[in-house]
Amino acid sequence: MTHDILDPVSVATAVPPARLRAVGLSVGYGDQPVVKDLDLDLVDHAITTVIGPNGCGKSTLLRSLGRLLRPAAGQVLLDGKRIDKLPTKQVATELALLPQSPIAPEGLVVRDLVARGRHPQQSWLRQWSADDERVVDETLAWTSMTELADRPIDQLSGGQRQRAWIAMALAQQTDLVLLDEPTTYLDLSHQIDVLDLARTLNRDHGRTVVMVLHDLNLAARYSDCMVAMRDGEIVASGEPAAVITPALLREVFSLDAQVIEDPVTGKPMVVPIGCVR
Amino acid sequence: MTVLDPPRPATRPVARQVTIRTRRVSGRIPLRAVVVAALGLALLALAFAWSIGSGDFAISIPDVVAVLTGGGDPANAFIIEELRLPRAVVGAVVGASLGMSGALFQTFARNPLASPDLLGITGGAAVGAVFVIVLGSTGGVLATGVSSLGVTLAALVGALAAAAGLYLFAWRRGIDGTRLVLVGIGMAAVLDALVSWMLTKASIFDLPAALVWLSGSLVGRGWHEAMPALWAFAILGPLAILLTTTLRAMQLGDDSARSLGIRLQLAQGSVLVVAVGLAAFAVTAAGPIDFVAFVVPQIALRLVGGSRPPLVTSAILGALLVLLADTVTRVLFPYEPPVGVVTAILGAPYLLWLLLRTNRKASA
Ligand SMILES: Nc1ncnc2c1ncn2[C@@H]1O[C@H](COP(=O)(O)OP(=O)(O)O)[C@@H](O)[C@H]1O
Ligand SMILES: [Mg+2]
Repeated sequence: MTHDILDPVSVATAVPPARLRAVGLSVGYGDQPVVKDLDLDLVDHAITTVIGPNGCGKSTLLRSLGRLLRPAAGQVLLDGKRIDKLPTKQVATELALLPQSPIAPEGLVVRDLVARGRHPQQSWLRQWSADDERVVDETLAWTSMTELADRPIDQLSGGQRQRAWIAMALAQQTDLVLLDEPTTYLDLSHQIDVLDLARTLNRDHGRTVVMVLHDLNLAARYSDCMVAMRDGEIVASGEPAAVITPALLREVFSLDAQVIEDPVTGKPMVVPIGCVR
Repeated sequence: MTVLDPPRPATRPVARQVTIRTRRVSGRIPLRAVVVAALGLALLALAFAWSIGSGDFAISIPDVVAVLTGGGDPANAFIIEELRLPRAVVGAVVGASLGMSGALFQTFARNPLASPDLLGITGGAAVGAVFVIVLGSTGGVLATGVSSLGVTLAALVGALAAAAGLYLFAWRRGIDGTRLVLVGIGMAAVLDALVSWMLTKASIFDLPAALVWLSGSLVGRGWHEAMPALWAFAILGPLAILLTTTLRAMQLGDDSARSLGIRLQLAQGSVLVVAVGLAAFAVTAAGPIDFVAFVVPQIALRLVGGSRPPLVTSAILGALLVLLADTVTRVLFPYEPPVGVVTAILGAPYLLWLLLRTNRKASA
């Protein structure tokens, strides 16, 4: 068989569509639309970060991508199939989502929380296989939580708690990992800690990571792709250098800022000047 | 009451687990849960024999065991099989159902205040029962025999109706645990008021029957009451245990549960149906035995450890508590105060303590 490089069929197979996509997606609570007619392809095996002011619909977008909200119009596609038509448990083996404010019951220890990430692989008869045990141990080790494995979640510091939750999402062993504000309320070194974890996950394990972050400089540093949102719409998306520009910061965040080159990484870095109102 | 709240050490020792693995089946249980359940079962067996043995005509525990295993003295056999055994069975099954129902409600709502008695399920049964008792004879329509069946049915219908109301009022694009508790407490208050109002309208002849029903009692309970409750528990108990994996995921909040592959509506509906069913049949069999569903799961939780009340241990301890409360009152007091009064005396201080603690935590 000969391959003609211009043959549209072989071009299409050479660049497969993204595994997770939103097409004409509108989502809201009740009648009020929050995300409006949004198209997004999440690049496979990359780190994508969603940025935007509070209340612009970042969590709503992430929850829709994770099948937690039903679209009012348009659709979310996982491997080309409507995600809301797929069985819940099957989605859970492909995609893990860490909500913005997860709830840990009192008295739950780290190891048991992480073990709950194995739920999609388990059944009533098969509640704790050798595989489950191995994955939980490995995940604890990777997230440096082995030492803390027998501590109740409510006795952890903010950074440790966040790592425990990320470990739970990782124990799901999904190719797609969605993290809603994993660094909020953490001090800078713990933010870096969490983002390094996300990077390891992506670089060493090939997972597709989608995050919501507030710190633009860290977002630019750790992301392959950025998506800037305002009022439920995407204003810009692409490489950090293409997204983080003074014009965009003004438009999305009403922020007057200079963008310089990060002396360490060469990525864009925001130096705020003031608010524009 | 120190058993209710042993201090929690800052770092607990590694919980030892019993792991079971074959090719198809695997699971693990904390060792402590196994030990507590085994001890509880042993105590329950003793309490059961003691309960059957005590009364106006005392029968020794070996004789009780002889009859229960198919031998023994025929005179003892009659007393045991026709009178004492059904009463003990009602006590054990009602206690087990209430314990399990409370554990399900508390896990569902992520709130130790959630239990069928505080959320108005019991209140619904009371409205049904008192309605029939009061109306049954003043209307003169129902003969006594029919009326006894009528009371049972009305209690069941009342409990299920209250549960349906609770679900409807608490539903707003899903069921939220906190809203469930608030709505439930409100409904319980309304239903209580309704019962009080009906009591003021009751004739002086019906009042005692209504009051006895309302305080929860095992006096005179026979196979007629035991069988429906036994069947309900035999069906709903295993269903509850089938829900354990779902409960584990549900505890992490709606979003996390669904990301873990839980079909939330179905899961919530199943948990509520099982919890309500257990409570409704229990209340129907013995009247409202207060606080069992509320206190027992929390005692079980503290004995076993972990993050949610254990279902099996709650059932075992519930049965133990009701049987012991019934037998102790029977042995100590000649006039047999209703067992519900005893459980209320044990439970009320716990409710106060819990409210104070929650309050302190909230303001801390
Ligand atoms: N459960 C909800 N019910 C109703 N409105 C909601 C709910 N969650 C979020 N919203 C509204 O949707 C909008 C977008 O919220 P969200 O997606 O959480 O924003 P972000 O994550 O970007 O801060 C906000 O106006 C918020 O008030
Ligand atoms: Mg958000």
